[in-house]
Amino acid sequence: VTRAGWTGTLLFTALAALAASLLVRARYTADLSAFLPRAPTAGQRLLTEELRAGFASRLIMVAIEGADASTRARVAAALAQRLRATPAFAEVSDGDAAGLTRTADFLLKHRYALSDAVTPERFTSDGLHRAILDTLDLLASPEGLFAKPLFTRDPTGETVHILEGMDAPRIATSGGVWSSRDGRRSLLLAQTTAAGSDTDGQEAACVAIQTAFAAAAAAVPRTSGGLTLRLSGPGVFAVTSRALIRGQVIRLSTLSAILIAALLLAAYRSLPALALTFVPVASGALAGVAAVALGFGVVHGITLGFGVTLIGEAVDYAIYLFIQSGGRESAAEWRRALWPTVRLGMLTSVCGFAALVPSGFQGLAQLGLYSIAGLVTAALVTRFVLPEWRPRILATRDLTALGAGLGRLLERLRPARSALALLALLAGFILFEHRSTLLSRELTDLSPIPLAAQELDARLRADLGAPDARYLVAVSAPGSGAALSAAEAVSAGLETLTEAGVIGGFESPTRYLPSPGTQRARLLSLPPPDELSARLERALAGLPVSAARLAPFLNDVEAARTAEPLTPQDLAGTPLGSALDALVTQSGPATTAFLPISPPEAGELSTAAIGEVRAAVAAAMRARAPEASATARVLDLKAEADALYAQYLTQAVSLSLAGLSAILLLLILMRSPARALRIVAPLALAVLTVAAGLAAAGERLGILHIVGMLLIVAVGSNYALFFDHLAEQPRGDVPRTLASLAVANLATVIGFGVLAFSSVPVLAALGRTTAPGALLALLFAALLAPRAARVPS
Amino acid sequence: VSAPQLRRVVALALLTLATPLAAVPSVDSDPLDALMRELAVRRHGHAAFTEVQYLAVLEHPLESSGELLYEAPDHLEKRTLSPRPETLVLAHGTLSATRGTRTRTLDLAAYPQLAPLLESLRATLAGDRAALERVFSVRLDADPPRWTLHLAPRDPAAARLVKEVLITGEQADLRTVELLQADGDRSLLTIGRELPP
Repeated sequence: VTRAGWTGTLLFTALAALAASLLVRARYTADLSAFLPRAPTAGQRLLTEELRAGFASRLIMVAIEGADASTRARVAAALAQRLRATPAFAEVSDGDAAGLTRTADFLLKHRYALSDAVTPERFTSDGLHRAILDTLDLLASPEGLFAKPLFTRDPTGETVHILEGMDAPRIATSGGVWSSRDGRRSLLLAQTTAAGSDTDGQEAACVAIQTAFAAAAAAVPRTSGGLTLRLSGPGVFAVTSRALIRGQVIRLSTLSAILIAALLLAAYRSLPALALTFVPVASGALAGVAAVALGFGVVHGITLGFGVTLIGEAVDYAIYLFIQSGGRESAAEWRRALWPTVRLGMLTSVCGFAALVPSGFQGLAQLGLYSIAGLVTAALVTRFVLPEWRPRILATRDLTALGAGLGRLLERLRPARSALALLALLAGFILFEHRSTLLSRELTDLSPIPLAAQELDARLRADLGAPDARYLVAVSAPGSGAALSAAEAVSAGLETLTEAGVIGGFESPTRYLPSPGTQRARLLSLPPPDELSARLERALAGLPVSAARLAPFLNDVEAARTAEPLTPQDLAGTPLGSALDALVTQSGPATTAFLPISPPEAGELSTAAIGEVRAAVAAAMRARAPEASATARVLDLKAEADALYAQYLTQAVSLSLAGLSAILLLLILMRSPARALRIVAPLALAVLTVAAGLAAAGERLGILHIVGMLLIVAVGSNYALFFDHLAEQPRGDVPRTLASLAVANLATVIGFGVLAFSSVPVLAALGRTTAPGALLALLFAALLAPRAARVPS
Repeated sequence: VSAPQLRRVVALALLTLATPLAAVPSVDSDPLDALMRELAVRRHGHAAFTEVQYLAVLEHPLESSGELLYEAPDHLEKRTLSPRPETLVLAHGTLSATRGTRTRTLDLAAYPQLAPLLESLRATLAGDRAALERVFSVRLDADPPRWTLHLAPRDPAAARLVKEVLITGEQADLRTVELLQADGDRSLLTIGRELPP
């Protein structure tokens, strides 16, 4: 090893250590947030906020299956008890009524602020008479059982009225806790303190539930069969996908590394050479993750998954070095003759991936940066570090004979080159035929969550009536009072649409907490004690009720009349408070109130219906006082997410085209227009053929297919450049170059071919595009190469 | 916690204000089977009713009247016509109550406390001994052709509200349904003449 070699090695080691320390300290995530834009529109920001930290994103649905109903119920109650004592959860509900008397007391205590029936008219003699008559009817009915204990305090039935206003589908119970409708599961709802986007926090919450469940189940004697715990919800999905992606990345990387090692061992017949081949690959992966951690602060799971793909590409550089320099004692000759070609190939790839970096889609930008850092590192390590480490006596197998054989095969295939024009036409035709279904349109196409898990989620959601808000009105204003007041105006508009059957219904935070103005108006309609007592006396004429019994009513009204309006803080710790939290978020000085809208029947709101909602919301906002600075927005979160995805896809396509133009420009500058065209033609044809193949197979092209096509160009450009090099250097070592290309290509096809079998859709898409594409790129580059690049017969 | 849960939870919490009471042991008998078989023959019925409710908070009892409709095996309708209209429909385990233009629906599985109120009558009309014994401890006093069914709720939550339901009849006809609440309040439903279907 030379002095320069020592310097290089030291520098390499220092950089590797630095990268490794960045790698260890980096934050990793796998939720959908990486798929959200860097510069969002207002609607996208709300979408992001909902997915990131919204109430729905913090919900974990817990189901217990197996054994008998009473065992399940006991374990569920014990589990809820344990989880309530865990700081990871803001709230755990299991339908148990014990301990909730406090909430009933709260409603009862604040009924005159919370009931929308409270008006000055209701507290006139006539109004009181009618209200008490209604309550008597209620007392006579089965629901009277609920109303009776309250009668002397609440003869006008405000508490029952508030409860009626909150009416909605109920959750079934069994053994005192919630159960599924079919009675086969006991159910809990846990709300995490960690944001939905905090995958580590969500994982800790899941683990806490599992631990508590094991302890709760162990404490309850079982008679029939074991119990199974099932979790679902956005956070659970994030944790699952992260584990899934991580697991697949490890499994698939290992598999492809073993396969590629076997291939290279067969090609080199030298263990040291094999070991050295993986040095640029590992360095590249390390540098890639370190660069992303440094550039973005957080590394997305999909970016790590891309590490697998680098094995397929970065391994090529070492293969070129070892096979092309063959048994020669020094690599100096390779550096002089072939490094410039490899360097240009590397620069070409960098051009392609650089186009991804400005993407608004963080996941894609990360892939771009990762690839650039990884490829540059792998190439530099191959050029500056490997030759120094390569033992002098290192003798790899001479593959001249294999190369010569390949050359003869290509010669025989050469007449088929005219068919390539036909292939291009056919591919173009197929793509044209499939143009309407060519691109994937839904963000969920990227989800790695298995269908069974998605179905379980839907079932639990239906059983629990958990929010799955797709249509929302978001009302923003400075301060909670202003936001609630605007939400009340919007509610009135939506009420009209509900009665007209345009929408099925809606939820509003003002059901749980009316605006301060509304509360004040209600409390002002309560008469002072003497007045009320006189009116009550008149109201009770002809009713089977004596005023003396209603003294508690007079006391309560007087207490309410002098009370301050309720604030969100007053509701904290009650189910009302968490219902309010679910619908109100605070970001900076602005408060946003969400009003989820449900379609008339299960399904979608028509475009016309959404239009009517928009009109009603706009009218409600216009009718408000001009000084009330609030904004309201009608959102279809699914449409919003899909539009976002479509925007990414379009952007990915145009960025890729920009990258291709940059590549063409680079090649023209470095070589010549004619040679540039010759280099690009086989790559373009390979991409076209693969795209047509995928379309014909019924696959919709998504972002990762586009990335795969970029990879075809990146890997294939090396092939085309070598053929171009051979055409210009008639004395070049044709058989050895061909052999190195064949081995490198096989390594790439193995690396990506393994990915094609992944159950993670994005990884599979990448594999199914790049593996056949790389093979075709080599074949087309060989067939289209000028005659001089072929082995003289 | 969302609205549906909240509503239920608070309703249940309000119920905790009622006082507890012990259950009554059940006695199985062949006469009960015989009565049930006899009752099960009837597939539908339509009769007038009057009801008197004695509530401690009120100065005098509440009286109401209307019609009862029954279709075997699980559709029971109580239409109050006076003093003010109200319709209660018990079908497939749900109870819906309509007063004025408002209809409320309650799932009886979620409110076991409500079961004694209408399920007692429905299961008796249907001659459904199994359903009756699922909800109540059943005792039959037979003094042919008259009989009295003593029904004590099994569900502890229901027993905290309802002490006993007494149903009297003569052969296959029901005469009265008396509901004794745990707090001493009671109601008496008297089934009158048969109405045309």
